[in-house]
Amino acid sequence: MLALDRVSKTYPNGVEALTRFSAEIRQGEIIAIIGGSGCGKSTLLRAIAGLDRASSGTVTLDGEAIASPHAKIGIIFQEPRLLPWLSVADNIGFGLAELPAAERRAKVARALDRVGLADKAQAWPRELSGGQAQRVAIARALVPQPEVLLLDEPFSALDAFTRRDLQDHLLDLWADTRPTLILVTHDVDEAVVLADRVLVMRPRPGRLFDQIEINLGRPRDRNSPLFETFKRSVLASLDRSLDRRVPDRDATQGPGQAMWW
Amino acid sequence: MISDAPVLQQSSEPAENAVAPSRLSRYARPALGLLLPLTLALGWELVVWSGWSNGRLVPPPSRVFATITELARSGELVRHISATLWRVGLGFGFGVVAGTLLGAISGYWSLARRLLDPTVQALRAIPSLAWVPLFILWLGIFETSKIALIAVGVFFPVYLGVMGAILSVDRKIVEVGRTFRLSGFAMIRRILLPAVLPAYVVSLRVGLGLGWMFVVAAELIGASEGLGYLLLDGQQLGKPAQILAAIVIFAILGKLTDWLIELAAAPFLRWQDAFGRAKET
Ligand SMILES: Nc1ncnc2c1ncn2[C@@H]1O[C@H](COP(=O)(O)OP(=O)(O)O)[C@@H](O)[C@H]1O
Ligand SMILES: [Mg+2]
Repeated sequence: MLALDRVSKTYPNGVEALTRFSAEIRQGEIIAIIGGSGCGKSTLLRAIAGLDRASSGTVTLDGEAIASPHAKIGIIFQEPRLLPWLSVADNIGFGLAELPAAERRAKVARALDRVGLADKAQAWPRELSGGQAQRVAIARALVPQPEVLLLDEPFSALDAFTRRDLQDHLLDLWADTRPTLILVTHDVDEAVVLADRVLVMRPRPGRLFDQIEINLGRPRDRNSPLFETFKRSVLASLDRSLDRRVPDRDATQGPGQAMWW
Repeated sequence: MISDAPVLQQSSEPAENAVAPSRLSRYARPALGLLLPLTLALGWELVVWSGWSNGRLVPPPSRVFATITELARSGELVRHISATLWRVGLGFGFGVVAGTLLGAISGYWSLARRLLDPTVQALRAIPSLAWVPLFILWLGIFETSKIALIAVGVFFPVYLGVMGAILSVDRKIVEVGRTFRLSGFAMIRRILLPAVLPAYVVSLRVGLGLGWMFVVAAELIGASEGLGYLLLDGQQLGKPAQILAAIVIFAILGKLTDWLIELAAAPFLRWQDAFGRAKET
């Protein structure tokens, strides 16, 4: 289980990017984090990844505090960030340097197959389309079999058609080992298609505003009326989060704190 | 008449190119660049041959070529070339080692950069030839001072190139290394080195160019052998063909050594190459 306990981040320039963000995320759960621009979504993800240290609060994975990048936590960014001097296959195998070469090759070959890029194994990253490059990035992050995979707006730079394709693809890959997925997005459709639970954040300072369980079976039909209902409720919550007059519902605070005032 | 053969090949080429347009871009571009110098050389050869000019101050290509063969036959050419190559090689070696080490230190540790870089930049502002009297006083007029001068010339572009390349490594790619928990050494080997290599090769080539420039300066100042000595000797004895011969050999050696660096780096820069080629087509 991944536990976030009052995670806060104030940048050196004084920006309060995140305040007291708490959540408990079950192993294998798919979480979508949605919210206006600048509400601390990337900051939160970077704290979970151990890339940046939280100013206060803790991130613990299976009881282990996370303060620096961890083998069980992988991350995919908005840009593929492939290493241009490595072939596609070597990019995917980048995190497997400790394995014997034969085992690494086998894993890479399986991953290439799995993301449908077996014919591109020896291509350079520059020769890939945006969607293909992002698929390589997904394979690179998944091949060491992390328990938690963080995705920071991974499909937002892609066209709508490729995006849908990759969303389905991601679910497909997720089903192999069922890691926890935490996906930052600004696309409501994407959140409802993928997530078991949507966390809505609000800005200045960045904080958790609302949680919506998406009780839909899988595979999900994007055109079903129920899908529409969930989409509308996420949208409504998002609207309220951006409306300054709406007070924080603050689902995260315990009853003791609520009674204080 | 050495220039005849290439010119003949030249004139026959456009016909072929008309048939195969893809080959036109591959061969015609460098061939076009040769057209002007070859025409001038051939023209001058004809002017002197037909007696319109005696060609004493500007000897025709055939006479320059004859001088080169003459020097080669007597063994002088090998002696001068090896003296110059030896100096450039050593000076380049020392300059590259020092430039790479200090550049890497300055690029990697910001404290070292703050300590070191202002001094290096100040030294860089001094025209390198201004060191000559001091080097001669300190190191004598023989090989050491010459090699030191060449090394100084090579040092600065390499230092700047390495430091700049390290500083401009994409932070986002370094972050990929961090997420895979690379240690400091693995980060250098697997991320920083490949990332700075293209810029490093460029700085080596610039450094080598300066090395050739400074070997001429060093040998003009005082040497008993070397291509620079041939230049000076040619001037003092009024032998322009010898001067031109030395210049031609400088050009050939400069191009050749530059090409060697390119060749040695090519296997490591294939990923970049692919990009360049894709863009051209
Ligand atoms: N490195 C940084 N230094 C200072 N302020 C930052 C930094 N990164 C982000 N911020 C600020 O923190 C806030 C949250 O940023 P971010 O987490 O990137 O938001 P989001 O990903 O939700 O758009 C923003 O106001 C942003 O300007
Ligand atoms: Mg962001």
